[in-house]
Amino acid sequence: MSGGAMESVADAAARATPKRVAGRLRGLSDRAIAWLFISPTIVLLLAINIFPLLWTVYLSFTNYRANQPGREVKWIGTRNYERLLGSEDVWGYMQATAHFLVWTMVLQVIIGLGLALLINRGFRTSGFWTTVILIPMMLSPAVVGTFWTYLYQPQTGIFSYIINTFVEVGALNMIGSVSLAPWAIVIVDTWMWTPYIMLLCLAGLRSIPPYLYEAAEIDRANALQKFWYITLPRILPFLMLAVLFRGIENFKMFDMVVELTSGGPGSTTELASINLKREAFEKWRTGYASAFAVILFVTVFGLASIYVKALNRVRS
Amino acid sequence: MSAPGTGTLQKTKGRGLARWFRRGPWENVASVLIALGIFMLMQPFSEWLYGWSFSVILTGTLGFVIVSHFPE
Repeated sequence: MSGGAMESVADAAARATPKRVAGRLRGLSDRAIAWLFISPTIVLLLAINIFPLLWTVYLSFTNYRANQPGREVKWIGTRNYERLLGSEDVWGYMQATAHFLVWTMVLQVIIGLGLALLINRGFRTSGFWTTVILIPMMLSPAVVGTFWTYLYQPQTGIFSYIINTFVEVGALNMIGSVSLAPWAIVIVDTWMWTPYIMLLCLAGLRSIPPYLYEAAEIDRANALQKFWYITLPRILPFLMLAVLFRGIENFKMFDMVVELTSGGPGSTTELASINLKREAFEKWRTGYASAFAVILFVTVFGLASIYVKALNRVRS
Repeated sequence: MSAPGTGTLQKTKGRGLARWFRRGPWENVASVLIALGIFMLMQPFSEWLYGWSFSVILTGTLGFVIVSHFPE
C-alpha cells in the first residue's frame, strides 16, 4: 500500500472514531492503549484458564466432593497425592497409558517415515496418494472410535475378515479380549495419526538440498549410507517434534478410546485420563481427581516445555 | 571512585556467574529430569520409583521454568 493510501486509511479511521472516545484516547500513551486493547483477552484468560487451574490445585489438597455441596470441605494436605502415588491401580492405569504411548509412537514413526520416503520419490500419482493417506487425520477421534467398533466386530467386521484371509484365527474379538484390546486402540491411533508423522517427515525430506546427495554419489556412498549420514540427521528435528507433539496428545488421549472400548474389558484399556474422568464424575471424588489432574497437568507441562525447546531448535 | 582493580574484579565475578547460570546446560538438566520423571511414572518395574516420579517431574518442570529465564 502506498504512503498516501495508508494516510487516507488512518485519516478515515480517525474521523470514524467518535469525538468523545477520541478525546479520552488522546491523553493515553501507546502503552496504555495497548493494555486497553489486550485487557479483555487477559481477563478472559484469567477467568477461563488460570482461575480453574489454581482452583484445581487448591481442591487437590481437600476432601471436596462436587455432588455434596453442603458438606464441610476439609484441608487434608498432600493425602490425595500420597494415595495416588501409592496406589497400584493408578500405577496400572499409568502402565496402560505407557503401553499405548510407546507402541503408537514406535509404529507411527516407522510407518510414517517409510511412507514419507516413498512419497518423496515423486512418482506419477504421489500427490493423489498423499491426499488419500491424509484423510484419517482429518476425521474426528470420536467418529473414528465409533466406526472402528464396527470394523472390529468379530462376526461381521472387516478387520476380522481381512486377518482371516491371511491367518485362519476364527472370529477375532479385538475389543472384547483382554490381550487384544490394548492393541486394538494402538492400531486405531496408528491408522489415524501416522499421516501426521508422514507429513512432518515429508517437510523435513523436502528441506534437504539435492547437492548433498550428489556429493554423496561422487563419494560412492550407497543408499544406506546416504540415509544414515544425510537423510536421518536432517529429518531428526522434524521427527522429534512430531513424536513430542503426538506424545503429549496421546498422554491425554480420551475420546477415541472411550468410544472404542470405554476402558474395557475390565480396566485393560483404562488410560489415565479415562480413570480421571471416572474419579471426578462417576465416583465424585473431586479432591482426589483434582490431585490426579494436577499430576497429569505437570507431566504434560513438562513435556510441552521440552517440545517448545525442540521447536526453537528446529527453527534455528 | 572505586579502588583500582575493583571493576575488573566485578567483571570477573559477573563473568563467572554468567558462566554458571547459562540457559542451555541447565535447560538440558531440567529436560533430563522431566524425561526421567515420566519414565519413573510409567515404568512397570518398581513401585518405589512410581511413588517418587511426581516429585522428580515437578522438580524438572519448575526448574525448567526458572532456568528458561537465565541468559543464553
